[in-house]
Order: sequence, then structure tokens, then C-alpha cells
Amino acid sequence: MSKYDVVIIGSGPGGYVAAIRAAQLGLKTAIVEREHLGGICLHWGCIPTKALLRSAEVYHLLEHLDEFGLSAQNPSFDIGAIVKRSRKISKRLGDGVKFLLRKNKVDVVLGEGRLGGSGVVVETGDGRKELASANVIVATGARARVLDGLKPDGEAIWDYKNAMVPETLPKSLLVVGAGAIGVEFASFYRSFGAEVCLLETAERILPVEDAEISALAREAFEKQGMRVLTGATLVSAKVESKGKSVRVRMKDGEGKETEEVFERVISAVGIVGNIENIGLEEAGVRTERGHIKVDAHMLTGAPNIYAIGDVAGPPWLAHKANHEGVLAVERIAGYEGAHPIDYASIPGCTYCRPQIASIGMTEEAAAKAGHKLRIGRFPFIGNGKALALGDSEGLVKTIFDEKTGALLGAHMIGAEVTELIQGYAIARTLESTEAELMRTVFPHPTLSEMMHESVLDAYGHALHM
Amino acid sequence: MSITLKLPALSPTMTEGTVSKWLVKEGDNVSPGDILAEIETDKATMEMEAVDSGTIGKILVAAGTSAPVHTPIAVLLEEGESEANVSAEETPAEAKTEKTEKTKKAEEKKPEQKKESKKAAPKTSAAPPPTPVPPSSGRVFATPLARRLAREKGVALNQIQGSGPHGRIIKRDVETATPAIASSASLPAVDPRSFYSPDSFEEVPLDNMRRAIAKRLTQSMQQAPHYYLTVDCRIDLLTQARKRLNERSEKNKSGARLSINDFLLRATALSLIEFPDVNSSWADAVLLRHRHADISIAVALEGGGLITPIVRAVESKGLSQISAESRDLITRARERKLEPEEYEGGTFTISNLGMFGIREFTAVINPPQSAILAVGAGRKVPVVSEGGKTSFAEVMTLTLSCDHRVIDGALGARFLGALRERIEDPFTLLL
Repeated sequence: MSKYDVVIIGSGPGGYVAAIRAAQLGLKTAIVEREHLGGICLHWGCIPTKALLRSAEVYHLLEHLDEFGLSAQNPSFDIGAIVKRSRKISKRLGDGVKFLLRKNKVDVVLGEGRLGGSGVVVETGDGRKELASANVIVATGARARVLDGLKPDGEAIWDYKNAMVPETLPKSLLVVGAGAIGVEFASFYRSFGAEVCLLETAERILPVEDAEISALAREAFEKQGMRVLTGATLVSAKVESKGKSVRVRMKDGEGKETEEVFERVISAVGIVGNIENIGLEEAGVRTERGHIKVDAHMLTGAPNIYAIGDVAGPPWLAHKANHEGVLAVERIAGYEGAHPIDYASIPGCTYCRPQIASIGMTEEAAAKAGHKLRIGRFPFIGNGKALALGDSEGLVKTIFDEKTGALLGAHMIGAEVTELIQGYAIARTLESTEAELMRTVFPHPTLSEMMHESVLDAYGHALHM
Repeated sequence: MSITLKLPALSPTMTEGTVSKWLVKEGDNVSPGDILAEIETDKATMEMEAVDSGTIGKILVAAGTSAPVHTPIAVLLEEGESEANVSAEETPAEAKTEKTEKTKKAEEKKPEQKKESKKAAPKTSAAPPPTPVPPSSGRVFATPLARRLAREKGVALNQIQGSGPHGRIIKRDVETATPAIASSASLPAVDPRSFYSPDSFEEVPLDNMRRAIAKRLTQSMQQAPHYYLTVDCRIDLLTQARKRLNERSEKNKSGARLSINDFLLRATALSLIEFPDVNSSWADAVLLRHRHADISIAVALEGGGLITPIVRAVESKGLSQISAESRDLITRARERKLEPEEYEGGTFTISNLGMFGIREFTAVINPPQSAILAVGAGRKVPVVSEGGKTSFAEVMTLTLSCDHRVIDGALGARFLGALRERIEDPFTLLL
């Protein structure tokens, strides 16, 4: 039996990246996966949804061809083909991960892994396999949270997986939960003409985003014909007509109850860590509210057992998992450049239309933290490239600490902002002040110029406003 | 590449200075040795001379403006460079007075030290760098935010260990660094709080006086090699003289009561004039031999802290004038109403803890002075005369702390001997 330096349970964006980095650092590495290499992200999360949303975006353009001086006859869509494209992309990326792991000589073991023996015990299809290892990284990810009374049945009540592979387009749809996942599905289905109602218990949609951005998002969704209910709760959901529809009772903010029938309901009420059946308790790994407790270097407290990604707690983002994976491995290898993660500088992206991207503190949080603020805003309508794209809806908002010029937060809504946010992420990592951002030359004509203008506006000298 | 001229450190204690006068203007050509400006510190005005030749591209700090040491004050353009080479980077870090709107704006931009230059040296020269700057003062790598925070906090970047990539100084490093003013005082690397349970003490914020005391006296103990000389003086005659003079002024209802301290001031002043080498200050390259005996009196303040008001030219004043002046200074010191010139720049200090019954003690020299006299309480001691007769004498113990850089042991001993003579024979104070 060979002994590994590190065995990783789970091959999502945290696990497989950790495996590659471990191999780079010369560690003898194995990775255990129970389903698909690449995990939820590649197969049932980030990637396939982006493929679906791209179809929605192109279809949206198709419906507005006349604005661009173009015309087409009978624009239509085939939901089956859209889903097929999305699956194909996931498959291709999954193969890419397989290739990368092989290239880096990482041993891939398919099966259910759990802590045990002198490392990890894997239940493979044809028996038990023990992987002895000096270190173990738990990267088992998370799954959709199930709300009492809204248990997905795969037919009328969908979880994210079902929502990703629809056979037909529902005429009416209730999305429960207006976080990033719920909002993206709502946007996708609305783009193809479904009657969409978005229900959120918090006072506003996208509750983690800046209030101003979340209000603009709501406005944009309502303009697209989406119904948005906030401060509302789901009272009951009953599947009817042999799974053809769902009768839903909802209570609005004032406590008024209404009853409505939807063809489909999507449950998107958050996620919970996969902490069960992996031998955590026996190994002495402590958990807290559905996730594993870790220190700044991803150590669980049990010797040589690390946890990364969704199972180690929020924010539930692939790029966070990825960095945590690298950190854990570098820590194991004693790599000198290993550095704790700055959780305040993890950008968040939501790929609805209009897109939303943010980093750092919201205005409310920054004010609450006692900062004196300088806030800059620049609207898409003032940007040449945005007008040329036909996307004049949106805003770039920047928040600075008046005393130090530190960029406390940046919040954007509008076309391609998910591609823009990294600029502010770099600025934060380099600890730029407003001065460096002002001095940076942004190319013309690009959407990125708005990032510059927003900074200038925070100091009262925006040029194009 | 343009050269940034920075406000030079003209003495070891100088932390900020004022460009009192520019002797060149923008556009002037200068050669090495030319006098560029007069720099005023709280103690002296010194000339700053050019080390390189070139053209003055930009003056960043206007005459009359004070700024911390090492603030860029002008930009020197080398041959072939134009004003365009003067980037916005060379802007004053923090000009204290007469800040124009323009400099304020410029301040918002990041003043980054483009070229760490020792190109501007004071004419008195040979002055080593001011604060304990490590000798390798090359470019300091720090994030823009770290630089700005350091400036605000008064932390010298070259004193901070960077924890960012390639040792770059990042925000967190500055946040955890102790400000320079305190760092010289609080040497322990381990946070003292870690030795005590968190609820066993309360934290008392430092006021400026506490910081200043910590800084100056730590500096004194670290930089001035102290040694101590102790002597007993008989003060029978002095107390007698004092008693008579006080009785007399009481009877005539004129003049104030004299204290022992007034006599001590006069005796010390005369001794300082006799031994001018004791009445001197260490100024790195030179010694400053003071012409007058400006004596600081250590005054404890209610609620903590102390201040040292100065009776000027004590050697030229009689006892009643010394008494009146010191009484006034001490009163206003306790009310915290002294002007800076009334407590800055003495040449010698007297500290008296006799009223607390302290027999003798050693005091820390008050920089930039070179000696301090610690005065204990008068006490009766039995003395045996030559004839074998025992009587009682009143004795007071004096301890002189000396800076060995300035005052050698024999000199200190002779000075203290002369002082004792004057105290024991108060008639000499008439001279």
C-alpha cells in the first residue's frame, strides 16, 4: 500500500485545484470523487448555468434585432438544444479536469471517500480501498438546502439540478429565494418568456449586495416583466394535477396571504455543507452550523486534516474554494509563499441580466464599520461603449475611506460587470488608494472607463458626468 | 531622472523643521556647494547646500512652512530634463502651516519617494541620519495604502518589516506597527498586555506629554552615556543665610521668601560659568558651549507629567530676581500656561525631590543638555570635630548625572566640588 502526502476528498473547484497545486509542489497526491471530476461547479453549477444564460442573452438580442438595424424571421428557441449545449460544455470541462489531473500525475480514485484508517477509506463500486496519507483535505462541497414543505420532487418542484435541464419551458414559475442562484434562474426563464415570480423573505433581493444595486436590479427585473415579492414567506406548496402544477400559499410583507398556482417552483434557499458520512466526528473534526470549522490556514483542528471550499463555510464561491485549496496544500508542503486569504476581497458575481458584481464592503457595512465615506457613481448611460453595445442600463459604484483613500468596496450592475470587477480586486490586493486608480489609464472606448469615472466621481471630478 | 531634495535632519532629535528661506528659485542652476535654503529647527537655523548640480525644477515646500524630516521639499532636474519630469509624485508629504489649497490637493495624491536620495546635506554636515534609520535605506517597498497609513500614523516605513509578497509592506504591517514616537519608548517586542489577564488592568491612553517624556528620556538613556557623581554638602550656613534674609524681608514687608532652590540656582549658575564645558550640549558634529546658564527646573504637574521651565541667564541675576522668576514660572507651569520658549532649550537642569524626603537619587539627563543635578532633602547628621567633639550638621546630598560624551569624570567632579563650595559658603553667592 503506497503512502500519500495528501489525499483530497472531492474534486470540485477546490479539490482538483488543490490536487494540481500539490503535485506542482512535489507531493504524492490522490483525489477521491464520487460522481464527476470537477464537482458541482463544472457539472451542475457555475459553468452549465453560464451556458444557459448565454443562450438567454443571445435570445434577448435576437428579440431586439431591430435596435441594431437587423432583422430575422421567426426567431425561436429549442429548450432541448439549449440544455444540450450546456451539458456539452460541462462534459468538455470535466474532461479537461481529468486531463489536468493525469498530466500532473494525481491518482484519481472514484468512490465515496471518508476519513478513516490511516488516511482515507474509499467505497468504490467493487470494494473498499484504503489510501494511507500524511494529510487529508476535505473538499466535499455543499448541496441545496431543502425547505420544510418545499421538498424538490424533480417534477413540479425543482432544485437547481432539475432547473438546469428542463425538458420544456414552464409557462409560470415561482423562484423561492432571491440569492445569486435564484436570481440567475429567474432571469434565465424570464428571458424565454416564462411568467416568473421571485419570492424572497429578506426585505430586498440579493440581500448580500449593496442596497442601491439590489434596488436597481429589482427595477430592471420588474421592467422585464418579472414579479418580485420581498419580505414575503412561503406558507405552503402542494403539488397538483399529477405533478403538472403547484398550488402555493404565500404571505406578503404585511402578512396578507394569497394563493396561486404555478407550473413549476424552483427552490433556491441556500446551501448546506456535505458534512455527513465522511467520518468527521470520529476524526475529531468540529463542525458548526452545517460546515467544518477551520483556522486561517484551513486546518480543522484535527491534526493534518484540512477543509476547504463550501464545506468549510461561506462565501460559497468556486474561486474562494480554489484559493483555499492552494493555501491548504502550500501549508502542507511548507511553501514559504503561503498566505492567508483576505476574505474581504473576494469578488461576487451574479450572471442575471443585467449582471451584478461586487467586492468589499457595501455602503451600509462601511458606514457601520465607522468609516467616513466617499462614494462615487457612474451610470452606464454616460459611457460610449455601453451605448454602442445597446446596454445603457447600469451603474458603477465605488466606496472609499475618506481618511486613507482605501477602496472599501465596489458594486456594479450592468453588462459585463462580472468581467470588470477583477480590476477592483487587483486594486484591493495591491492596496491601491484612489490616487493609483485615478492615475491608471483605462482604454477607450470600453466599459472599464466607468470604473475610472466612478473613482473620479467619489472625489468630485468625474469627467463625463 | 530628477532628484528629490528632502528636508535634511540637522540634529539627532530633529523630527521636523521649517524652510525659513529659499535662496534659490525655480529655474535656477545650482552647483555642488551652493546654498539652497535655510532650514530652521526649534533650536537653530542651518544652511542646506547642493550636492549635485542641476536646475531647480520645482519648490515643493514654500518658505515659512514646516514639515517632517525627509519630506520632499524641492526637485532638482539633471541636465537635459525639463519641468515635465517633475511628476505629481514629488509633492510635499505634510506641510504643517500655510497649506495652500493647491498643496492640500497635491497631498491627496500619493507622495511616493521616487528616488531615495541623500543628495541634500546640511552644510554643518557629518550629521548622521536622525532617527535610527537602518544604514541600508534603499527603496522601501510598500503598498500605496500602507504608505498613506504610515504617514498618518507617524510610522517610518523603513522601520517596518513587510509581510507582503517579496517583503512588501502592506496595510496590516503598518496597522500593527507602533508609531515612531512610541516605538523608541516601548521597546518590548512582546505586548506587555500578554502577561496579564485581560480584566486585571485598564488601559490608559497616552497624552502628548507622556509620549514626549517617554521619547525624550528613552532617547537620553540610549544615546547619552550617563554616569553619576554624588556629594554631601553642609548647608548650615545656607539655611542660616536664608533664614536671616527671609526674616528681614518679612520685617520690611518687602521681597519674597527665598527657597533653598533659589540659592541652588544661583550657586549652580556661577559654577556653570566657571566650568563652561559642563554648560555644553552634544550636537553630533560639534559641542555647543553655551554662553549663559539657562537653568531648567523640573516641575511635577498635578495629574502626572512634568515640565522644565527655564530661568534664563541665572548667572546675571540676584537671588530675589531668581526667586521671583522661578516662582512665576513654576506657578504657570502648574497651570500649564508656559510658552514653548519658556521650557525649551535650557542648558542644565535641577531636579529636587527633597520635599518628598528623598535623601538622594539619580536623574535622567534632559536632552540636549549634558548634565542634571538631583537634589535630596536636607538632614541633620552627627559630625565629629577635630577636637573629638560631636555636634550636628545639616547636610544635603547632590547627585550629578553627566553625559560622558561631553563631560569627563574629572571635569564633573571639579564642577561638583565648586558647586559644593558655593553652597557651603553662601557668601560666594554675592560674587
